[in-house]
Amino acid sequence: MARKKNRMSQEVNAGSMADIAFLLLIFFLVTTTIASDKGITNILPPKQDPNVPPPDIQKNERNIFKILINSNDQLLVEDDFRDNTEGLDEEIKAFVLNFGSPDQANIDLYNSLPPSLKAQAGRDPESSDHPNEAVVSIKTNRGTSYELYLEVLDLVKKAYFEIYAERVGLNADEYRTLSNRSAAEKELLERGKENIPMAISIAEPDKSGGE
Amino acid sequence: MAKFKKKTKTEENIPTSALPDIIFMLLFFFMVTTVLREQELLVSQKLPEASQLQKLEKKSLISYLFIGKPKNTGVYGTEPRIQANDALITTNDILLWVNQEKDKLSEAERDQITISLKADREVKMGPIADIQFELREADARKILYASVGKNK
Repeated sequence: MARKKNRMSQEVNAGSMADIAFLLLIFFLVTTTIASDKGITNILPPKQDPNVPPPDIQKNERNIFKILINSNDQLLVEDDFRDNTEGLDEEIKAFVLNFGSPDQANIDLYNSLPPSLKAQAGRDPESSDHPNEAVVSIKTNRGTSYELYLEVLDLVKKAYFEIYAERVGLNADEYRTLSNRSAAEKELLERGKENIPMAISIAEPDKSGGE
Repeated sequence: MAKFKKKTKTEENIPTSALPDIIFMLLFFFMVTTVLREQELLVSQKLPEASQLQKLEKKSLISYLFIGKPKNTGVYGTEPRIQANDALITTNDILLWVNQEKDKLSEAERDQITISLKADREVKMGPIADIQFELREADARKILYASVGKNK
């Protein structure tokens, strides 16, 4: 018959438990990367039907904010040469909110803006008519670096997000983290971008210049 | 001078019985927040910096394309290449790859597929434009330029 062992130690020895857990912890620390699905979103234009010629869009020169980047990473912004992107976001903001010659709907839009944004309307006849017409165009070369392209796109997005955020009384960081999931946040999102479309045109890069 | 009296030995060691619990808590935190890298990177990756980052809400809709200089330059050369899943592909294969990725999703979600372009900052716009053209052909128009936050 099996005898009951005399009780030398009542408990399981838990002293090495910490070591085992440490080992596992270090394994996971080393083998894993914290997933970061962050980045700049973009929506590509729909594919072109070869049978249908591309629509001929007549747009006034003044309603397009042109940014050209060549293969040496030099910029041509509104026909002015420059070699860095400093101040580009402010210029785009001023361009979008220019209200050069708004129609009735856009006068209403102007009146609905908070005073801080109204103050930015330059009313320059050479700049955009109203936000619904304004388009920011980015054209690169095949030799342009991806890093600079993203930097410019980032600044354009920044200008728009700052406008949206200011309309709903948030700062740009708070506005960007709003999600579609909750109704209250969705309403803020919609109110921010209502009637001011984020019109960023990204042209096909041209082939001149080396890669 | 007054002599310091040695304290009486009441308790000699710090109680360590709660230590495993603390370590396990840390362990579970890391197990939950991290994902194992399911594929080996064949191209170098140094993501560009940007400030206007947005987070994508549904991870299952994202497919990744890695673009960069191959790590094994002896075999693949130094020109930027595209990696999808485990293999290096050419731009002509993108159409097929996108359709394969779409097949993994349910019918209703197929048009919401998002391609995350994890491109190295050294890459030029040429290959990026080619990829974007193929993605337009494949009707996967939502893309994300993966980038890391700027430290300011």
